[in-house]
Amino acid sequence: MSTPAAHASRPPPAWYRPGTLADALAARAEWGRDLVAMAGCTDLMVGWNAGARRVPSVLDLSALAELRTIEPGPDAVTIGATMSCAGIAAHPVIAARLPMLAASARQTGSVAIQNRATLGGNIMNASPAADNPPVLLAYGARLTLASVRGARTIGYDAFHAGYKRTLAEADELLVSITIPFPPPGAIGYYRKVGTRRAQAISKIALAALVETSGAADGAVVRGARFGFASAGPVPLPAPALSRALHGMPLASIDAGRVAQALAADLSPMDDIRSTAAYRRSVAVNLVLAALQSARREVAQAAYTG
Amino acid sequence: MKVPDDAMAAVAVAATAAAAAPRLGLLGAAVARKDAPAKILGQARYVDDLVRPGMLHGATVRTRCAGGTLERIEFGPGIDWDAFVVVSAADVPGINATQMIEQDQPVLADRCFRHAGEPVLLLAHPDRDLLRAAVEAVTLHEWPEPSPVFSIDDALAQRGQVCPGNVYRDYLMQRGDIAAGEAAAEVVFEGRFETGAQEHVYIEPQGMIAHVDAAGVLVVEGSMQCPYYVLGTLTAVTGRDAGRVRVVHCTTGGGFGGKEEYPSHIAAHAALLSLKAGGRPVKLVYDRSEDMLATPKRHPSRTLVRIGARRDGRLCFMDIDFALDGGAYTTLSPVVLSRGVIHAPGPYACANARVRGRAVATHHPPNGAFRGFGAPQSIFAIEQAMDGLARALGLSPLELRRVNMLRPGDRSVAGQPIDHTTDFDAVLDQALRESGYVAKREAFAASNARNAASGDPLRHGIGLATFHHGAGFTGNGEVVLASEARVRADVDGRVEVVASSSEMGQGNTTTLCQVVAEALGLPLDRVSQAPVDTFDVPDSGPTVASRTCMVVGLIVEQAARRLRAELIEKAGLPASGADEHAFAAACARYLDGHPRLEAQARYEPPANVQWDETVFQGSPYASYAWAAYVAEVEVDLTTCEVALSGFTAVQEVGKVVNPVIAAGQVEGGVVQGIGFALFEKVSWGGNGAMANNRLTNYIIPTSADIPPVRVFFQEQPGGIGPAGAKGLGELPMDGPGPAILSAVNSALGSRIASLPVLPEDVMAAAAGVAS
Repeated sequence: MSTPAAHASRPPPAWYRPGTLADALAARAEWGRDLVAMAGCTDLMVGWNAGARRVPSVLDLSALAELRTIEPGPDAVTIGATMSCAGIAAHPVIAARLPMLAASARQTGSVAIQNRATLGGNIMNASPAADNPPVLLAYGARLTLASVRGARTIGYDAFHAGYKRTLAEADELLVSITIPFPPPGAIGYYRKVGTRRAQAISKIALAALVETSGAADGAVVRGARFGFASAGPVPLPAPALSRALHGMPLASIDAGRVAQALAADLSPMDDIRSTAAYRRSVAVNLVLAALQSARREVAQAAYTG
Repeated sequence: MKVPDDAMAAVAVAATAAAAAPRLGLLGAAVARKDAPAKILGQARYVDDLVRPGMLHGATVRTRCAGGTLERIEFGPGIDWDAFVVVSAADVPGINATQMIEQDQPVLADRCFRHAGEPVLLLAHPDRDLLRAAVEAVTLHEWPEPSPVFSIDDALAQRGQVCPGNVYRDYLMQRGDIAAGEAAAEVVFEGRFETGAQEHVYIEPQGMIAHVDAAGVLVVEGSMQCPYYVLGTLTAVTGRDAGRVRVVHCTTGGGFGGKEEYPSHIAAHAALLSLKAGGRPVKLVYDRSEDMLATPKRHPSRTLVRIGARRDGRLCFMDIDFALDGGAYTTLSPVVLSRGVIHAPGPYACANARVRGRAVATHHPPNGAFRGFGAPQSIFAIEQAMDGLARALGLSPLELRRVNMLRPGDRSVAGQPIDHTTDFDAVLDQALRESGYVAKREAFAASNARNAASGDPLRHGIGLATFHHGAGFTGNGEVVLASEARVRADVDGRVEVVASSSEMGQGNTTTLCQVVAEALGLPLDRVSQAPVDTFDVPDSGPTVASRTCMVVGLIVEQAARRLRAELIEKAGLPASGADEHAFAAACARYLDGHPRLEAQARYEPPANVQWDETVFQGSPYASYAWAAYVAEVEVDLTTCEVALSGFTAVQEVGKVVNPVIAAGQVEGGVVQGIGFALFEKVSWGGNGAMANNRLTNYIIPTSADIPPVRVFFQEQPGGIGPAGAKGLGELPMDGPGPAILSAVNSALGSRIASLPVLPEDVMAAAAGVAS
């Protein structure tokens, strides 16, 4: 198929698999969301198989080698949007420097799913229950979107505008995700609470990255970033919680303070997988567990250091 | 369970050495499964793999309301309806009802219907996409039932009506004098226990293909447990006699009871479409969502238990009110109920006991057979009540069980004498030894207290369930069935087991062949099972109720012995020392003068097994398997998730005919029981049908959720099956529910009384304990 020309009157092709990003962006410019971008298919095909929806016209990104990359830099790693979860989980730099991402990639669906599912797809499908977004929020990831108009990079924490809505324009494609390495001494905590131990959709999940200053019992929270799944209409950062914990001694943070902050950050609901009450309660417990593990690590560092 | 590689070698050695007498040691040998190679190599053909010339695909249009009246069927625009085969109730030539215990369930609803998901219209077309579009283009105009009934309590209180009284059956089993027992009791425990619906999740969804062959015979092939049940419905629905209807069993991917009864519906649907299409083949295969929406589930239950004991723990009385949600039609509920009632007192001796059992009608899709058949529900309740009574008495759950378990010389509440072949203490002792129950119970109590004090969120618990399970049809069922099976041999000495028992992954082809090979003194590879085809095999009864190895095994063994006797008498088969070559030579000599070489046998119940259904007294089962299961759990209060950290299953099953198959039955049953206890929750939609009818939302455990299941067998003599075998298949479904909940409650100090117990329930219970 040749590069589509820029006149919008043509109907979109049933299936278009461009060989270059430039061709993909040109198609996107012409047909926008009438051409549904597809990478690993692990979300979209489930929806089509469930019946009602007709299979739409598809922009198949699977031939774009330039998006299937992992590029470690001195301060961050940049992951191409169609890199698979399996590839991410197996990458030595990610395992060493971004262990929460390696863990969430390994908890995405089954092994077979991980082989096909892409990080970009997990973001763009915009499910509030998606497995990797909490970790990206905690690490402070940035997204690069491209269109024929050019590229722009935005913070991931502002990307989800509402249920299944994002800041991506109709002519844009997500091309890469850049994740800064956490500063030395930052402590990560990731836990997915699924309906079972594997091949599950999360009832609630938390990724946390906590930076402290001071040693042992006197350690104070210098910065904390969180990401929740299944706690509201979109993957949620918890800015109120981050603010509430800033400057607090780790030892003094109790359930009441966490719950109060999270009441502003989260809006969980009852659904087929769990209840709002359970999600709210476990969200608090997970944050406390994250802080507890931070205390342990600080104490350990003090002991060994 | 370890499967020694050298077991095969041992069998081979035994086969050579035992040529002098037909003692091959095949009963008890871990021989490889006969159905395995074809399945492993992908050669086995399931119904959806079959393609017949000119085949149409069928689909079903179903009601959406929870009962009501069908006013009109509207065929929408944009569809070339002339190109479709369309079948409604008006096209049923015979009786519009499946042939179960009652004939209350239509194969296609006419005007009145009782539940959402009830089949109304059948469509067939060569193109599956057009078929799907056509199904969507049909609108059923339903006048909904104004006050649908969705719970046992509402049904019994008659808040709404499904059928007059809302009760399908009301049974009473009693013994002794409840009032006297209550007067003697020093401590009484009272509780209400509930269990939820459960989906079978056999790996192969249900399906059938029907066509009319050149001879004018209606042939229906498919996935099923009970070919003769399907035949019975087909003859009634089509008005044809059994000589013009043929049912053929395809490779079947699991059943668990779910393919006992519903295949009759699908077979009738496929047959009606094919007949209307002039005999063209019609394939009707459900996808997972339709299968979960439409087919029966395990009956939800609620049990009210009052039990009392003297201070020393000796039971004085049991008063049990057991109720099952039968759903919208009778199906198999009466017999599920009778098994539940008989198992309700557990394996305990109590002189004064009363069990009332009712199967009630609701507007849910009908519930039906599922491994355990009512017993897992009632055993769950009595086991939890025993824990409650132990607590009230200040005894451990173990002590209370030890005092009251049935022992030789006792009679069960049903009135069955416990014979001297049973040593339940030995089973319990092994379970305690292997699990370390007593020591762990103490250690967990101490560590839980420490963790609570230090803020550690982990709690540990251990739970024990003791139970027995009667094998074969309940009461006089086996007498009524009078199952028949045959064994035949050809001129080369190849032997076939000819029975209607359906292999569906449980291994019965292999075990039946082992039994026959052993009886004939032949190596196993000389014996196979004939394809299950009602034009060839007799009615050996349905493949259900833990009966196949025990009951059908018994009759094929007898048939094999008759065949051998015939060859000794009429074809010069040496009475001893004959190997497979001598056997083949004798077969050839016999068939020189006879048209066929075949022997038949029929089930005859043991003389001491009498059952009076009118008063629910007697000996309801010829054999019981006994078991003690121990579950260990770790509860993390951070998330309230329950992780199983250990599971020990000890059972006494008479004779283990094939240790690998037997262990597989136990492991699989335990896993299904773990799902029943901790994961599997049917969410009912507003119309009373399953709302989470997808495997992404109906959660069954994966291997990551299952601890090592340690399986141990005891083989005490006494089963009525081959070499003393008892039924086994359902037993392992009974124990995990109560053992796991006991473990959870002991970890938390909680009193959770229903299954499944999900983290949300644990959280509520833990909050209750804390406050």
